[in-house]
Amino acid sequence: MIKLENLTKAFETPAGTVVAADRITMEVADGEICVLLGPSGCGKTTTLKMINRLIEPTSGKIFINGKDTDRYDPVELRRTIGYVIQQIGLFPNMTVEENICVVPKLLGWDLAKARTRASELLATINLDPALFLKRYPKELSGGQQQRVGVARALAADPPVLLMDEPFGAIDPINREVIQDEFLKMHHRLRKTVMFVSHDIDEAVKMADKVAIFRAGKLEQFDSPDNILAHPGNSFIADFVGSDRTLKRLRLVRVGDVLQASSLRVSGDEQVEQTVALMNEHGQEFMVIVDPEGRPRGYVDVDIVRDRSGAVGEHCAPLPATVRLDEDLRAAVSTMFMHDIRWLACVDRNGVFVGCVTQRGITRLLGETYRAPDAVPH
Amino acid sequence: MAIALIVAFSLGIIAQRNGLIDSIGKYRGDIVFLTQQHIKLVAISGGLAIAVGVPLGLWLSRPGMRRAAETIMQALNLGSTIPTLAVLALAMTFLGIGVVPAIFGLWAASLLPIVRNTYAGMLGVPAHFIEAATGMGMRPLQILSGVELPNALFVMFAGIRTALAVNVGTAPLAFLIGGGGLGELIFTGIDLNEPSMMLAGAIPTALLAVLVDYAVGALAYWVVPRGVNPLR
Ligand SMILES: Nc1ncnc2c1ncn2[C@@H]1O[C@H](COP(=O)(O)OP(=O)(O)OP(=O)(O)O)[C@@H](O)[C@H]1O
Ligand SMILES: [Mg+2]
Repeated sequence: MIKLENLTKAFETPAGTVVAADRITMEVADGEICVLLGPSGCGKTTTLKMINRLIEPTSGKIFINGKDTDRYDPVELRRTIGYVIQQIGLFPNMTVEENICVVPKLLGWDLAKARTRASELLATINLDPALFLKRYPKELSGGQQQRVGVARALAADPPVLLMDEPFGAIDPINREVIQDEFLKMHHRLRKTVMFVSHDIDEAVKMADKVAIFRAGKLEQFDSPDNILAHPGNSFIADFVGSDRTLKRLRLVRVGDVLQASSLRVSGDEQVEQTVALMNEHGQEFMVIVDPEGRPRGYVDVDIVRDRSGAVGEHCAPLPATVRLDEDLRAAVSTMFMHDIRWLACVDRNGVFVGCVTQRGITRLLGETYRAPDAVPH
Repeated sequence: MAIALIVAFSLGIIAQRNGLIDSIGKYRGDIVFLTQQHIKLVAISGGLAIAVGVPLGLWLSRPGMRRAAETIMQALNLGSTIPTLAVLALAMTFLGIGVVPAIFGLWAASLLPIVRNTYAGMLGVPAHFIEAATGMGMRPLQILSGVELPNALFVMFAGIRTALAVNVGTAPLAFLIGGGGLGELIFTGIDLNEPSMMLAGAIPTALLAVLVDYAVGALAYWVVPRGVNPLR
C-alpha cells in the first residue's frame, strides 16, 4: 500500500517558486495500479520521484505498507522499489543479464541465484533467455528494451513498482502488446504500481485508480469508469475527451452485458415452435446451434414467421461472433462494421453462451446516470 | 597494412643498394641506448599525464564542479593552442636543462587531450542512466565505476591515444633541452648533414609512434565493454 499525505514540492527557480506538487493526498491499495494522469508539467514525475526520494519533498509524508519512508536510508529504500523510466535507462555497457542483476547484486544475492532469476524473468516477458541474456541493449529492439526495463525493475521482487511513462517511446501497436503483457504479468504478481501516463486510453486500460493532476494539484482520484462517467469538473471532462462514454466501452467485458436469456435452438427444431418461443420472449431472432453448442447461424422472426419445416432450412449465417472476454469496444466495433444490432457470444471453446445487443450496451452505459446513489462527487 | 609492408620492403631494398643499412648499422649502440632513454621519457611523461589527467577530468565532471569546470576547460583549451616546442622552451626557462624539464614539457603537452576527453566522456553519459542507477539504489561510487566510467571509457581512450601520439611525436624535441632520446641522432644528423645518422633516429621514432598507437588501440578494443564499443 502506498499512502501520500499532503505531499508538497516547491522548486525554487530564478523565475520564482514553482509548486510542482501541491498537498497531494491519496492512497493506493495493495496490488492496485494507480495511473497518474495529466498534461505536461502538471507534476506527475515530481510526485512519482518523491516516492523513491529521487526528489526530496518540501513537506508531507509518504507511507509504504504503513511505514514512513523518512525512516529509511534513501538508498536502501530504493532497492525495495522497482523503478522504470521513460528512456528505459538500460545500461549499455552491461548485458541484459547484468542489467537485470543490478539490484539483486546490490542486495547481496549470490550470483547463481541472481542469474537464475534473470533467466526466469526473461522467460516471463517472452524473451528467450538462451538468446537474450548475453545480448547488449543496443542489440535489442525498442520494445524488447522496454520489456527488459520492466524485468530489471522486478528483479528483486519489490512490492512496489514506479513507472514513469514506461511505454511512451514505443509505436502504438507494440505499446498495446506490451501493455497487455504487463497486465497479464500484473495479475499474477500483484505489485502495487504507480504509473505515470499522459494518455487517457492507456490510463483507462491499465488503471484500477486514476489520479488526474493539473498544475501540481490532484484534481480527481477515482476508478477509471467514474472518471469517465463523472468527471469532477470541466477541465477533467475536456482532458478525458468528448468521447469519454465511448472510452468506457473498454472497461466492460462482453460477459458483463450478456442477455440473461440465452435462447437457442438446434437446426432440426420446427419453425412454428421456434417462432412461438421468440414471441414468448419478445425476441426478434434466434441463434441456431450445432450439436456441440457452437453457433451455426440464426433465424429472423420476420422472415420465418410464415414459413414451415425445420429452422435449419431457413438458417442465415452469422456475420460475426465475439468472445466473452473481449471488451465492449470490440463488440460495438464489430456491430458497426456489419451493420447489426446484436452479436452472438461464444466462450473460449467456441460454444454459444448468449447475445449482446446494442440496447443492452447503451442501457449499461446509461445506468450510472440513473442510479440514485451515483451522484458525482 | 599490406601496402605499408610493400612500401617498407621496397624502401628497404633501395636502402640496401645505397649501403644505407650498413651505415645506419654503425649507430646500433647509440640506437639501443637512446631508444631506451626515449621510451623512458615517453612512458614517464605519458604515465604521469594519464595519472593526473584522468582524475582531473573526473573531478571536473562532478555535478558540484560544473560551473568552475567550464572555466577551467576554457583555460586548458587555450593552453592547448601553445605549440609544444614553446611548451618545452617554457619548461626549460623555469626548470633548466635536463630530463626533468623534458618530462615536464611532454607531460604538459599530453595532459590536455586526456583531461578534455575524460571530461567530455563523462558529461556525455546521458543523465537518464544516472537517474536510473540512482533510482535503483546504487551509491555514487557504484554509479561512477559501474555506469559512468564504462560509458565514458571509449571517449577517454581516444583522448589517451591522441595524447600519446602528441607525446611520442614531441619526444625527439626533448634533446633540444637536454632530455636526451632519439632526438639526439635526428638533430645531430641534420646538423652534420649525415642522412644515415638522421634515419638512425627517425626510423625508431616512427616505429615507436606506430607501436604505441597500436597498443593503445588494442587496449581500448579489449577494455571498453562490447555494448559501448563501436569497434566491436
Ligand atoms: N528540478 C526542477 N527545478 C525546477 N522546476 C522543476 C524541476 N523539476 C520539475 N520542475 C517543474 O515542476 C513542474 C512539474 O514537473 P514534472 O516533471 O513533475 O511534470 P510532469 O507532469 O512529469 O510533465 P511531463 O508529462 O512533461 O513529464 C514543471 O512546471 C517543471 O517545470
Ligand atoms: Mg514527467
